[in-house]
Amino acid sequence: MPTIAPVDLGGFVVRAGFVENSAFFADGEGNIIFQRDEDGAVTVSPHKSGLLAAEISHDYKSLVTSGDDGCIYSVKADGSAALVAERPRKWIDLIACGPSGAVAFASGRTAWVRFADGREREFSHDRAVGGLAFAPKGMRLAVARYDGATLWWAASDGNPVELTWKGAHLGTCFSPDGRYLVTAMQENALHGWRLSDSQDMRMSGYPAKVKSFSWSAKGKYLATSGANAAILWPFSGKTGPMGQQPLQLGTRSDALVTGVACHPTEQVVAISYQDGMIMMCRFNDNAEVQLRRPGRGPIGTMGWDRDGSRLAFGSEAGEAGIIYLQD
Amino acid sequence: MSATQEDSPSQIPVTVLTGYLGAGKTTLLNRILTEHHGQRYAVIVNEFGEVGIDNDLLVESDEEIFEMNNGCICCTVRGDLIRTVQNLMKRRGAFDAIIVETTGVADPAPVAQTFFMDDDVRAAAKLDAVVAVVDARHVLQRLEDTSEAEDQIAFADVILVNKIDLVTDAELAAVEARIRRINPYAVLHRSERSSVEISKVLNRGAFDLDRILSLDPHFLQHGHHDHECGPDCDRDHDHGHHDHTHDHECGPDCGHEHAHHEDRHSVKSISLKAGDLDPDMFFPWINQVTQVQGPNILRLKGILAFKDDPQRYVIQGVHMIVEGDHQRDWKDDEARESRLVFIGRDLNWDVLRDSFNACAAQ
Repeated sequence: MPTIAPVDLGGFVVRAGFVENSAFFADGEGNIIFQRDEDGAVTVSPHKSGLLAAEISHDYKSLVTSGDDGCIYSVKADGSAALVAERPRKWIDLIACGPSGAVAFASGRTAWVRFADGREREFSHDRAVGGLAFAPKGMRLAVARYDGATLWWAASDGNPVELTWKGAHLGTCFSPDGRYLVTAMQENALHGWRLSDSQDMRMSGYPAKVKSFSWSAKGKYLATSGANAAILWPFSGKTGPMGQQPLQLGTRSDALVTGVACHPTEQVVAISYQDGMIMMCRFNDNAEVQLRRPGRGPIGTMGWDRDGSRLAFGSEAGEAGIIYLQD
Repeated sequence: MSATQEDSPSQIPVTVLTGYLGAGKTTLLNRILTEHHGQRYAVIVNEFGEVGIDNDLLVESDEEIFEMNNGCICCTVRGDLIRTVQNLMKRRGAFDAIIVETTGVADPAPVAQTFFMDDDVRAAAKLDAVVAVVDARHVLQRLEDTSEAEDQIAFADVILVNKIDLVTDAELAAVEARIRRINPYAVLHRSERSSVEISKVLNRGAFDLDRILSLDPHFLQHGHHDHECGPDCDRDHDHGHHDHTHDHECGPDCGHEHAHHEDRHSVKSISLKAGDLDPDMFFPWINQVTQVQGPNILRLKGILAFKDDPQRYVIQGVHMIVEGDHQRDWKDDEARESRLVFIGRDLNWDVLRDSFNACAAQ
């Protein structure tokens, strides 16, 4: 039976997950709690006021956070925090962590990349940056924007590739094999491009905006929120999800899915709902296990540890905890 | 006001401040932020400029118009506001209300539509009122030169006629008459240096909506007629706004159409009145009206009585978007009647009135 260790947090949980072997919980009031099973909790609040975004570093060793103080910090599980970059008076609400310690961040129409050696590059756009993602390999930065996405060479001056599709593109991610770029749109839909030939893929039919997505082990499926089930688009074939039906897991008639987190090794996904419930579903037979009963608020963030035995979660109402799959 | 609102208490009230550059928006904002009223505001400004306040919930936001992929050209939202409201919701406990200051030339429609069209924003926040700050000395010239000034007045729930110390009484009367002709339903306040009681512009709730009940619809319907003078009319129809407000015999709240060349496409309003309505007739009708004439409808608002329904139904809309909800029970001493107000351009008022009347309950 799964057991839950609750963690006390004040505010809206922006991000929960694991760095090193510690669970972390970052809330909108600016508090970051690291919970290590044997050593208890460490709380650190590097930002002067609110925290807007938090991403796990590429090497899983630190958490990169940004806030409405214009600062970006790299925070470690021991509670140490180092200033990565600062843009005074800007609200930095988008971050992506890339290979070799590179950090991308954005405010308004500008994105920046800061490299481990302290070098910075600036990328300007005609319209606001809606989402940022690094390609799994190499220094390729995708910027989701209005009417499409731009692929920049983050470290060199090569010409960017423009991907065009009408509408506002927000959160974005590459497939783990780097062959596809997917964006969530202002409309209730996902858009994707096969990068080899810029072929468009439209994934629609959601009743709500897609805010959470997660690639399954080996990149076979892209799991998404925004419907009354987790929608998993198959990406294993040559043509990706085109012409294929997605899997629908954890269907409920009374609540929308607000978060998804694929297990790091198994073909299983953790699904969270508007009412705070969390379920775990297996891809091949849709077998379900309830991990958490409904609570006070929607759960928008979940993260597995590296071997997939613990799941950290946080709700918009400030509830948080760690779910242990085994005793 | 809380007594008349049954909306979810978790929805944060949002006040939108519009007004031309130099009208006094920033002065009003500074006043709101420095006065001790016990409320905490998150403020979204187009540029920090002269907001002389150190507030960590003051955020600069570049206007980002998003067209929706639904084939409707007037369905635009402000992407930057969606994003900022979502960011603010991560600090839900840090403020009580949101104020959005727009640029002097901003179209108020996408701002207002954001609060109706985006599901996340709707869940988090609720448009409380659009407040237009008007410079009494320059507004008539602005209205001649631009359509934005007219849109801002047409959209407003509350209008602050500012800088009244810089105009004569006659000029002020002319300004107010002109404003009234565009939007008779807004609550109008006069001020010098944007000095107004904060409670008159913030947290209005549905309070201001009741104003549409207090105005005489017969009087207002003058607004749509094509000038009622006969063929021997000796008025100068080509006179400028300024002259005309001084030399004709109507009162300051005159709603007549004077057939100026530049008025032909200008904003007019109509108030429709009926008793109990048949919801099975009304809802298809209002949907059809807004679908077909939405681009020309700047705002619509109404308080409706539906047959066999003990509650008042309030409705409001911007262009093609309409939203309505039950508000509260009709009071015993209140006449059950339906009022619906349209403010817009190039609308066929007679058709609107006749088709509305056909929605009356039998």
